[in-house]
Amino acid sequence: MQKPKVIIFSGYGLNCEEETKVAFERAGAKADIVHINDIVDGLISLKAYKILAMPGGFSYGDDTGSGKAYAHKIKNHFAQEIENFFSADKLGIGICNGFQILTNTGLLPGALTYNDSARYIVRWVDVEVRGESPWLRGVQHAMLPIAHGEGKFVADAETLAYLEKNHAIAFTYIKGEICEHENLPANPNGSVKNIAGVLARNGRILGMMPHPERAQFFTQLPHWPYLKEQSSRNKKRIPTDGPGLKLFKNAVSYFK
Amino acid sequence: MSFRIDVQSVVADTRAAAKKRYCESLGFKGKIRDVAVVDSYVIDAPFNERQITRTAKLLTNSILESYSVDQTVYPKEFDSVKLSGDSYGTRWIIEIGPRPGVTDNIGATAREVIEDGIRRKFKTGEGVYCSQVFFVSGKLSRADADYIAGGLHNPLIQRALIKNGKEFERDGGMGVTIPKVQLRSRGSARKIDIDVDDAELFAIGKYGILNKDGTRRGPLALDLEAMKAIRDYFRGQKRMPTDIEIESLAQTWSEHCKHTIFANSLDEIQGGLFKNYIRAATEEIRKRRGKRDICVSVFTDNSGAIIFDDEYLITHKVETHNSPSALDPFGGAITGIVGVNRDTLGFGLGAKPVINVYGFCFANPNDMAELYRDKECTQKILSPRRVMDGVVEGVNAGGNCSGIPTPQGFVFFDPRYRAKPGVFVGTVGLIPRKSHSGSRGISRKLYEKRARSGDYIVIAGNRVGLDGIHGATFSSVALDAGSPAMAVQIGDPITQKKLSDVLVKEARDKGLYSSITDNGAGGISCSIAEMAKESGGCKVALDKVPLKYPGLAPWEIWISESQERMTLAVPKEKLKELVTLFRRRGVEATIVGEFTDSGRCVVEHDGKKIMDISMDFLHEGWVRRDMMSSVAHIRRSEPPKESSGAFNATILEMLARPNIASFAHISSQYDHEVQGGSVIKPFAGRGRVNVDATVTRPRLDSKQAVVLSQGLYPTYSEINAYDMAACAIDTAVRTAVVGGADPDRIAILDNFCWCDSHNPVRLAQLKDAVHACYDYAVAYGTPFISGKDSMFNDFKGFDAEGKPVSISVPPTLLISAIGIVSDSTKCITSDFKISGDAIYILGETNDEIGGTEYAVMQSERIGKDCMGNSVPRVDAKKNGKLYRAMARALARGFVASAVSVGRGGFAVALMKSAMGGMLGADIDLRNVPGNHTRDDLALFSESQGRIVVSVDPKKCKEFEALMRGNACMRIGTVAHDGVVHIKGWDGARAVRINIKSALEAYRGTFKNY
Repeated sequence: MQKPKVIIFSGYGLNCEEETKVAFERAGAKADIVHINDIVDGLISLKAYKILAMPGGFSYGDDTGSGKAYAHKIKNHFAQEIENFFSADKLGIGICNGFQILTNTGLLPGALTYNDSARYIVRWVDVEVRGESPWLRGVQHAMLPIAHGEGKFVADAETLAYLEKNHAIAFTYIKGEICEHENLPANPNGSVKNIAGVLARNGRILGMMPHPERAQFFTQLPHWPYLKEQSSRNKKRIPTDGPGLKLFKNAVSYFK
Repeated sequence: MSFRIDVQSVVADTRAAAKKRYCESLGFKGKIRDVAVVDSYVIDAPFNERQITRTAKLLTNSILESYSVDQTVYPKEFDSVKLSGDSYGTRWIIEIGPRPGVTDNIGATAREVIEDGIRRKFKTGEGVYCSQVFFVSGKLSRADADYIAGGLHNPLIQRALIKNGKEFERDGGMGVTIPKVQLRSRGSARKIDIDVDDAELFAIGKYGILNKDGTRRGPLALDLEAMKAIRDYFRGQKRMPTDIEIESLAQTWSEHCKHTIFANSLDEIQGGLFKNYIRAATEEIRKRRGKRDICVSVFTDNSGAIIFDDEYLITHKVETHNSPSALDPFGGAITGIVGVNRDTLGFGLGAKPVINVYGFCFANPNDMAELYRDKECTQKILSPRRVMDGVVEGVNAGGNCSGIPTPQGFVFFDPRYRAKPGVFVGTVGLIPRKSHSGSRGISRKLYEKRARSGDYIVIAGNRVGLDGIHGATFSSVALDAGSPAMAVQIGDPITQKKLSDVLVKEARDKGLYSSITDNGAGGISCSIAEMAKESGGCKVALDKVPLKYPGLAPWEIWISESQERMTLAVPKEKLKELVTLFRRRGVEATIVGEFTDSGRCVVEHDGKKIMDISMDFLHEGWVRRDMMSSVAHIRRSEPPKESSGAFNATILEMLARPNIASFAHISSQYDHEVQGGSVIKPFAGRGRVNVDATVTRPRLDSKQAVVLSQGLYPTYSEINAYDMAACAIDTAVRTAVVGGADPDRIAILDNFCWCDSHNPVRLAQLKDAVHACYDYAVAYGTPFISGKDSMFNDFKGFDAEGKPVSISVPPTLLISAIGIVSDSTKCITSDFKISGDAIYILGETNDEIGGTEYAVMQSERIGKDCMGNSVPRVDAKKNGKLYRAMARALARGFVASAVSVGRGGFAVALMKSAMGGMLGADIDLRNVPGNHTRDDLALFSESQGRIVVSVDPKKCKEFEALMRGNACMRIGTVAHDGVVHIKGWDGARAVRINIKSALEAYRGTFKNY
């Protein structure tokens, strides 16, 4: 079977493209990192790709508001090409800054603003899957890390009602294994309705603040040494993969 | 033709809530009614209506924000109480923006967004300037508003405009301020007569070249001997020097660049401390190791490099940025971290930054005493709290924005860092040993470089402004009223990220340049002159250097330390490809000259030769001097003995001390997960206790990892600087081993932050410390691979009454260790894992209490120095053997948890493991090996070489067998009840502490930061 091709954006301060590529390739895809200017200049076309990934990072340093400047660059230069991409039966994901960018382009609903603490925060969260999406098949819960200053999801009442009705809330923050372990509150940033990710186009586009690519290995879990010690006493083997890899595998198997 | 756009939030603005809390913390608790924040942009360009509306929309996310054009209005949510009569006076509007010429990142991004969005390039002189407007209401006088504004900005780099509600409404808002740099042209290079008397020669060296208006240009940090050497050189050349020549020599000869204190002979040590001790240690280790040598590139390049695996090298460099951080903590710290990233990019042909580290030495943030730079008390130095907040935020912005994980760090507090903080920042890099295919299908070594005669000199990255003039020379002297404000800079991490990406992800592997180095201290005057050593000369056309704004004098362009720039040597045939590639990545690259083999450093401006100095004089003409040291011994009182009844309270007090307490408020705001390689994070266990070593995989396709740790004991220095350095090395090495390092694959770095280094007593301490560096590096087989020093961390100023005050930092040595972990799945953390596990202590506990945290605490309690005399001594032979046994135990999976015993001693280490696991422990001090004689000394002695571990009872036998021949005793058991019990010498219970109250103490200190 041919591996589905993934285009991962880079440039202007995006910075999670390499580990996102590793995740896609471990999941069985072929991924290319492409600088946005190569698309602007027409050197690379989106047509050859099945999956579009907008990775995390700090595009334009979050200046003028996170994701805003990079989103304008997309809208100013290849809005139609993006639209054509998603008119076909293809998948997209925006992670963290990528999520902020995709909301600013209008591809995903709502917006992301400053955390309630008004400070950049790095920790792990538990999410519960609420929506219906090719990205989320077979996933009920996951432990994933967040790292953001502007991750509080907001949307007006109408949008929220629409999201609920259409199963377009991808995940909500809950108190699960890792929050219990580290005794942390469920919602890290004050997101409305505890929303950690949303969906669009029948679940084909996923935007999420947590980073699944930073949870693709078991040794990325904060309590893996504890889990390892327990496993070793119960004579169990420790796994290699972390909970985040499943999302990338789901995207790949969508094209099988 | 300019207009203003104000963007306000239409959803609850959490930034405003945070600013309100901050304003209250300035002494206005209960007096502040409301705070709102508005982002403003002034666009200085003749736009039409349509363009203005489009611009406003580009800067607004309609779900979150709304905008207004040319009139600042009260934000909708602000201060909804009904106003009457004189309550107008209680609304204050404070606008804060960068001063002219200060880096304005948001303005620069806004400009790019506007240019792209309305398809119109800004013309010369046009621009976008950003500011923030704070609306504050409450019972506040104008003086209060001034004070709040003072807390919201740093006048060295920012401007503030303050209006009350009445003025604001009368004026229809804040008006338009355009902070454009207006320079009268500073003209061309000037000839300077230095055939003058010694007094004038001295004045030039100390205060700078005399301007025509009688003012001086700022410190050159050249003493009379150096000035005489310059005078003699130009006598030989039969001409007067130009200003740029003198400025250039001052940069190249500065302590900052030449490390004269380490290079000069001291007493009997001919050739200096660096050569005879630091470098000698590395050379000896390398020789002894032979084929098993881990070093690849040491001391010569911007970072040091060791072998990671068959394909890759790992590099490390730790910098200090103390002086800039004292003046502007945010700017100093961000330029520090982003600057040391360039030491990675500038290693070999460019290493990829993969891990950042930090270390901060501050005064206690609760210290409110005011200090001034001048006798008239007009130049107040920033409070410790401001310094701490700014530095923490600077590394946050620099590290996070750059996409480099920042897992490893520490904070240390001592009142002697009140005027100059210690700000350490470092970066680990990853670089392939060889390129896969070079220009002609030949692979080349990427860790070597050589500019060739005929290569173009290309500057890439940011443009040059007045920022950072005299940074190198200023950091080489004590801080006083003459310290130049222009030495302050703000970092621009995104400009650098673009530069970094195009270098190490594209241009390097295409073989587009033959050498590269970063622009740090001294700017291009140092980077070009340094690279010119490779080819044998250079010729620079200064007019070609791209400027932020017109009007700079040639010498200013030459020595400006404007950030985010790299200098490259580009072969002529590669130029077009390089410039095109950089342009496509949004990075400016400009040819400014050519490398030559003329033996001279030649600089031209307006077609005229304004500098022409031989390379030899430039680099080697500086004056060596023999230094003398003199030993001073002071006997100190011993800390009083504490009765066992007090231990519970004392341990809780220790856990709450700033040097031991959780600094989660810092580590949880630094992204340690980016790049995906995090293995051991900054926190351990359920209790999220800060760890001493972190582990990161720089290659996601390999189990191998990098472990980082450090050691630092400034409180030992005044008692015994030799033992201080020995302890720093021992702690760093031991902690790396506990973190999983292979003991044969550990390298170390030295950062000396000394004080008053011309003083013979300080030199004696330095000599002792450096001597220990040699002894212990050799004993452990851990080579020094890189280092950096900052030798004049002194402050001469005045207290609030105008009385002279001088403060020097304690002699400070940071040892950073970098080790390779062969299998990162074998790593462990410090938290106890499972109740019933056996607890062991490895190493001996002796009555070594001198200079310890316990002695400092006792001194503070009784209000007089009882720091003691018995600083911990290190037995490297015993310890080295123990560490190897420990590494084998880890590799075989015998150890469930391990913690290196450091500051605060056994009691603190034990509590950290217990708090981490949220489990208790039953301990008997009588089983602890060593010659300790008192319970309090056993608990709080900082004897080195110790590790507290927990072991699965089923593995105890094997573990003990493996540890045979080392000090290793079972001292207790992990308990499920969450209580730590310790039996003392008399067999009675000396300690009973519940983990929950311990965690409260541990987390309480910085809870609200």
